Amino acid sequence: MRAITKKDLKIAGACVVLYAIIEALLQMDIIGSFWELNLILIAINIIMSVSLNLINGYTGQFSLGHAGFMAVGAYVSAIITVKFHLPFLLAIIVGALGSGLLGFLIGLPTLRLNGDYLAIATLGLGEIIRIVILNIPYVGGASGFMGIPRYTNFTWAFFVCLFTLFFIKNLVNSSHGRACISIRENEIAAEAMGIDTTRYKVIAFTIGAAFAGVAGALFAHYFYIAHPASFTFMMSFNYLTMVVMGGLGSITGSIAGAVILTFVSAALASWPEWRMIVYSIVLILLMLYRPQGLFGNVELTSLSIFKRFKGGSK
Amino acid sequence: MEFLEQLIQQLINGISLGSIYALIALGYTMVYGIIKLINFAHGDIYMIGAYAGFFATANLGLPFVPALIVSMVVAGLIGMLIERMAYRPLRHAPKIAVLITAIGISLLLEYGGMLLFTPQPRTFPNVLESVTYHMGPFVVNSQQIIILVVSVILMVILTYVVQKTIIGKAMRAVSFDTDAAQLMGIDVDRIISATFGIGSALAAAAGVLVGIYYNSIDPLMGIMPGLKAFVAAVLGGIGIIPGAMAGGVILGVIEALVSGFISSTFRDAAAFAILIIILLFKPSGLFGKNVREKV
Repeated sequence: MRAITKKDLKIAGACVVLYAIIEALLQMDIIGSFWELNLILIAINIIMSVSLNLINGYTGQFSLGHAGFMAVGAYVSAIITVKFHLPFLLAIIVGALGSGLLGFLIGLPTLRLNGDYLAIATLGLGEIIRIVILNIPYVGGASGFMGIPRYTNFTWAFFVCLFTLFFIKNLVNSSHGRACISIRENEIAAEAMGIDTTRYKVIAFTIGAAFAGVAGALFAHYFYIAHPASFTFMMSFNYLTMVVMGGLGSITGSIAGAVILTFVSAALASWPEWRMIVYSIVLILLMLYRPQGLFGNVELTSLSIFKRFKGGSK
Repeated sequence: MEFLEQLIQQLINGISLGSIYALIALGYTMVYGIIKLINFAHGDIYMIGAYAGFFATANLGLPFVPALIVSMVVAGLIGMLIERMAYRPLRHAPKIAVLITAIGISLLLEYGGMLLFTPQPRTFPNVLESVTYHMGPFVVNSQQIIILVVSVILMVILTYVVQKTIIGKAMRAVSFDTDAAQLMGIDVDRIISATFGIGSALAAAAGVLVGIYYNSIDPLMGIMPGLKAFVAAVLGGIGIIPGAMAGGVILGVIEALVSGFISSTFRDAAAFAILIIILLFKPSGLFGKNVREKV
């Protein structure tokens, strides 16, 4: 199986065109700074929700601590740029490695738990990460890590997001991805088929955490500051809403969820309390009437309208 | 000597804080025992209870005991309403769907509360005179004693209801084997509803007690105590009623010791660390028996 198919190239081409259009609109100031902020937030949210989807949707391990890994990525990358004055790309990579390593260390013991227990344990770990950061004076403690240069712009956010999407898409379509899906469908059956379930759970968790770190690095280098109060479990719930809304186990679903909810929260920016009420009602109604989310576990690109763009490569 | 004095002082504080956790944990444990659901919204029921108590005392001018009863009834009804509207339609849905719904309900109560009650903290009326007793080197507040006494009374009533009454017997039967209970003619939906009502009423009592003790309530006050009460329930063995009581008190004492001897900023981390340790080494909890998973 080739790593890059014809279909991938076409989608990549379409993405570059999309990028060129938006960048041109940004350069000509047709898109103002408020919407530029939201475009960058959409990219960051897509990275977060797709990586969370890898853990929650594809592998079926219910994690509620994703914001904690984002915090690690934000702080580690900020240390690289602020304290060591190294380039941004290196900061993103080190941030991803840092949160990935932490994800590995945390995942190894906790992924033995399942269902509700795992949810609560990851929620607790996310909070522990935040409280530990709060108590490290080297990174600013409770007042936050200030003076981070703004390196993130639309170009960075867009291409890092694109890279994440391709990485996770290829991972999911590989034999590793199929192992993860088999764990979601039936862990005992997967084990009986000879799949090392712990190994694949930890792999999915580590990669998900690493990409959360990437998103954190972009986030910190856009807002000049990394603050422990930004990374509470409310943030994890935000991303959970995006993933659940789009459909657990659908990458295009997560993209749609991230785009829709970022627009909703931008539109409700003047009424912040309504934003969470809308989120919560969306969650409840989805679970009552469409528990599989907008797209279920189907990809938008596999619908019949897109079939004719496939170019016969399967 | 000074160390010992501080230790005992922190134990006193910890037990009164812990009995609050125990009251909330009972609701978690009862609901989990019956329908295997972590009711994330439970901490917010505690917040609703505190607000019901606040309006009963500040607006209706009720004294402590009637206000406590009013708040327990209001929260009990809301708990039953939530079960009816959100959880009952999902009785046969996958567990994750129910868990996400519970998170949704929790967010709805928190931010609905912000909209209805405004985000500003309210000062709870001073319905009980606070008297400080000095017993040798130790300081005990009369409110701490009331918290302990009210919690113990409620737990005794609960134990009586669960062990001696028909509805308690039905609850135990449903928790033991739902299908068999149904075959024996028990109205399972009614029993689940009653469980939510009782659990929510206990959480509301905890809310009123906390309101009186700390004098301040706000719409997000339920998040942390709710999570910690869950830790307490897991610590004691989720689904086991005496376990929740013991787990609550143990957690309260550990928290008081951590904030007294290490640092109060690590207080919340301590609770979660306990959770993770207990889940890794004895997931069935201190009072639980190991149940083998069947294929």
